[in-house]
This record gives sequence, C-alpha cells and structure tokens, in this order.
Amino acid sequence: MLRKLLIAFVLVGFSIIFFNIYSTYETKTELTGIAQHYAEKGASEVGAPNLVTAIVVTYRGFDTLGEVTILFLTASIIAFFLKLKEEDASKEIVHGETTEILVTASQVLIPLTFLFGIFVFINGHLTPGGGFQGGAIIATGVALMIMANPNAKINYHVIHWVESISGVSFVLVGILGIVLAGGFLDNKILGLGTFGDLFSAGAIPIIYSFVGLKVGAEISNILSKYQQSQKEV
Amino acid sequence: MEFIKDLGHISLLIAFLLMLVGFWGILTQKNIVKIIISFTIIETGINILIVALGYVLGKTAPIIDSSVAQEEGHNVLNAIVDPVPQALVLTAIVIGFGVTALMLAYAMKLYNAKKTLEISKFNDLKW
Repeated sequence: MLRKLLIAFVLVGFSIIFFNIYSTYETKTELTGIAQHYAEKGASEVGAPNLVTAIVVTYRGFDTLGEVTILFLTASIIAFFLKLKEEDASKEIVHGETTEILVTASQVLIPLTFLFGIFVFINGHLTPGGGFQGGAIIATGVALMIMANPNAKINYHVIHWVESISGVSFVLVGILGIVLAGGFLDNKILGLGTFGDLFSAGAIPIIYSFVGLKVGAEISNILSKYQQSQKEV
Repeated sequence: MEFIKDLGHISLLIAFLLMLVGFWGILTQKNIVKIIISFTIIETGINILIVALGYVLGKTAPIIDSSVAQEEGHNVLNAIVDPVPQALVLTAIVIGFGVTALMLAYAMKLYNAKKTLEISKFNDLKW
C-alpha cells in the first residue's frame, strides 16, 4: 500500500513539473543563438544541404567521434559479458523451424538492405539520413540473416577489420583537417564542389561513409554476440 | 482548444505523456524485459521533447532544397526549424541504443543465473 502511494506521489510530482513547463511554454517564432549562425552560414561554410549533417559531422565532429567511441565501448563490454566458454563454442544453436517465407524473402532482401544502407550513408549530406542511420539499416540486414538461419556463421575477421580500418580512417581524415585546413575534422580538405551534388561538401561523404561502415560493423558485432550466447543453453 | 495551441505544444504533450508512462512502467513492472521497454519509452519521450523544443512556428525541416525558399547566399534563416536539437537527438539515440543493448545483455545473464526474469527474485543484496 505504501509502495503504491509512493509511486502515485512520484508520478503526480512529475506531472506537476511537466504541467508547469507545458503551461508556460511558448513556441519559438524565430531561430535564436548558434542556430542562427548555422542557418545563415552553414551552406556556404560547409556546403551540405542537410544542416543536421553539417552540425553532426563538421561543427560538432568531435562529439560524433566520442559517440562512435561509446558505441565501440558498448560492443566491447557486451563481448566481455557474453563471452562463450571453450566447450560451448563448437555447439549448434537449438531452435525451432524457420519458415520458408522468411528464408526465401531474406535471400532477396538482405542484399537490397545492404545496398539501401550504403545509399543512406553516402547521401547523408543531401537527404535525411547519414552514417548512423545507414549503419543501423545494414545491421538490420544482419539481423534478418540471423533470424532466417539462427546458425548462420558471421565472419568475425571481416567485421573486425572493417570496424578497425574505418575507425582509424575517421581519425586520420580528422588529423588531415589539422594539417590541410582549419582544424580537427574540418571538411575543407577537399573542395566544397557544387552545392547539392553527390560529391560535394568536402570530406563529409567520406567521413560519413566511414562512420556508417563502423556503426554497421559494431551493431552487427553486438548482434552476433547475442546470437553466439544462445549456444550456452 | 486553448490548451493545445500548435504543433510544438502537441509534441511537448506527447513527450511528457510518454515520459510519465515510462516512469510508471519502471516503478510498477516486475518483469526485467518490461522494465527495459519502459526505459526505452522514457528515452523516446525525451528525444521527442528535445526535438519539440527546437520547433519554430510554421517552419520546415533543416534541409536546404527546393522546399526551402533560397534567397541570396543561401539565407534560409526564415525557413527552417532549429537544427541543433536534432543533431543532439541523433547522439542521444545512439547512446540510447548502447544502453538498451547493455541492459538486454545483463538481463540475459540474470536469466541464465536464476532462470527467471522476475525482479523480486533477485534479492541477494537485500537484507
């Protein structure tokens, strides 16, 4: 009873806070602060039509590097927690029958999913999307593969190499920015090109492709760790 | 209605409701997987809240194309919503993914240890 009262107390407290915020909130009618600068100068300084990408990759590129690092840390901790015992590693996963529809459809859909993921991260500076979204889409292809065949072998060497090389290249492109342009992760190491073209906005498509590959490899790594841990049962 | 004025207020209301649902779920649910789902509901609410705070009345997405009237020198100041909260939410979503993945790994380990997901059975640290 006391427990339920406390829960109700917490929820009512939050409701009061939220109601106060809500009733005094006024929707903005114009851009303020730093957003004004990004909207005004973003296109000429960075050359990317998608201003969110311009902020994520260039203005706050260091933040994105930290984000990718956190994802890597998560993948490492999960790999540590779900580490298999020696005698379990050679076991097969016991599972129910997978349906014919899923198996057949996955053969058609997996290459298309990978292609779509690559499309999304290469066009990250032009359309809504980018490295993280594209990487997540690639990982859904891997998830589909595991669902269609729970005993599917995922090549660790490919995943590890893709992850390491794209991570190192991301940092190297950033350091090139210090040498050739204004600072770490500056995208002007290549010409800005024609506004709105695929090969424009300097290094943004390159950086976002590396981010996309790295995120895709990391999420696939997490998925395959979950898959492997089912061998214990 | 006077209470719901525009799109910004609607998103704010949805965000607050989702956060309350999530808090209720964390406090009342007994199953570990349901608690993890409640965490992701709170997370969704907070993401919607941040994006809603960047909404500017009657403006469109921060992508400069034909839908944004281009003036001299790409001056899009009067056409787009605030792009900064959206970039921050992109970060928040990735962190949220990492946290959820970790929580699910822990849940799996807990289930392997006691063959149950009932949170009240895990009372080893209680005295």
